[in-house]
Amino acid sequence: MNEKTTIATKELLYKIADDLLIIGHRNSEWTGLGPILEEDISFSSMAQDKIGQSMSVFQILQQLGEGEPDTVAFNRASENFYNSQFVELPNGEYDFSLMRHFLYDHADQLRFEMLAKSSFEPIAKLAQKIKGELKYHVYHANIWVTKLGNANEESHSRMQNALNECWNFALGMFEESEFENTLINEKIFAGENELKKKWLENISLILEKASLKIPEEKNWKPFFGGRKHIHTEYLKPLVDEMGEVFSIDPGVEW
Amino acid sequence: MAITEAEIWQALEVVKDPEIPTISMVDMGIITKVEVRGENSVYVEMTPTFVGCPAIKMMEQLVHDRLIEVGIKEVIVKTTLDKPWDSNKISERGLLCLKKHGLAPPPKHQGEITDELLENITCPFCGSKNVEMKSPFGPTLCRSLHYCNNCLQAFEQFKPIV
Repeated sequence: MNEKTTIATKELLYKIADDLLIIGHRNSEWTGLGPILEEDISFSSMAQDKIGQSMSVFQILQQLGEGEPDTVAFNRASENFYNSQFVELPNGEYDFSLMRHFLYDHADQLRFEMLAKSSFEPIAKLAQKIKGELKYHVYHANIWVTKLGNANEESHSRMQNALNECWNFALGMFEESEFENTLINEKIFAGENELKKKWLENISLILEKASLKIPEEKNWKPFFGGRKHIHTEYLKPLVDEMGEVFSIDPGVEW
Repeated sequence: MAITEAEIWQALEVVKDPEIPTISMVDMGIITKVEVRGENSVYVEMTPTFVGCPAIKMMEQLVHDRLIEVGIKEVIVKTTLDKPWDSNKISERGLLCLKKHGLAPPPKHQGEITDELLENITCPFCGSKNVEMKSPFGPTLCRSLHYCNNCLQAFEQFKPIV
């Protein structure tokens, strides 16, 4: 791999790992607070999956010369994170969390399906495994979005409002990298635009079943910036909290 | 006389999955390679059921300790995704062990998790197919929650995974 390809690959891996790490921690905030026991367990399980998956991506980054996974995850300044702004937003109410889960996990599953064909073998192998696990995340999201979209007036309007509120942040997940062409030409990743296209197809099918409407295209104004370290006010407190125990004694043996 | 690979596999049969103690790690299909490297050195490869499986370090240790116990001097255990795990890798005996533990075994998949596959579940207690999924997530990452409308009991399934 030449230098430019390495830099491009590292950036791609950082944004994937950071998205997983941050959404994983947001999911974990439902532990003990879920509206019903099964949902408490669901968000906790997805948190465990996602944080474990992020760890595996950080391990690949380590093989490419980056730092040790725990240090990178828990001892890095929030202004150096590559996650989209979408995943760092607070959980809000359950409607918002479910809708974000739906929009994020459809993108995540497609991203890993695309990566399973990557010419960069370590991520291809990992993606092959992760895409199977994500089936259950997407399955869970589809059930709830469809049920609540059709249940009664209140649940429908809550889900529609959550979709409207999420939308431009969700589009921000597909912010292009300056290395997009390198990734595409080297067949490492087929690109954010390709991903977004597939994502729109998949979510449209479910949203239609859920009687929910995607906002009109003229109002699409993606919140970009996360991939270039521009974050909302909500990331820093989360990163501080995630690293709180680690920072007490960074060299400690667990 | 040097130990053989077959003897190593046999020695590992007593090492149980820490989350489901009725099934061995060999029957789970998570031990993917055993290699005798010289008189007193053994190399073992494992692969996790789930990338985020919290038990993997513990399982590496259990494998290591068991082989030390049977007299191997040097044991190297490595976890890799070279041959990723999927639920078809559970042995026939393993599937019976799951059932004995009260878990519905995963149906064989054809390389994809389809809705039909998720609905094709048999109650491990009464054998009825009149069951429903309550949640795709259960007490561990590899289990889902179900209810049997025939014997009126809640049960768990070991999820089919591709």
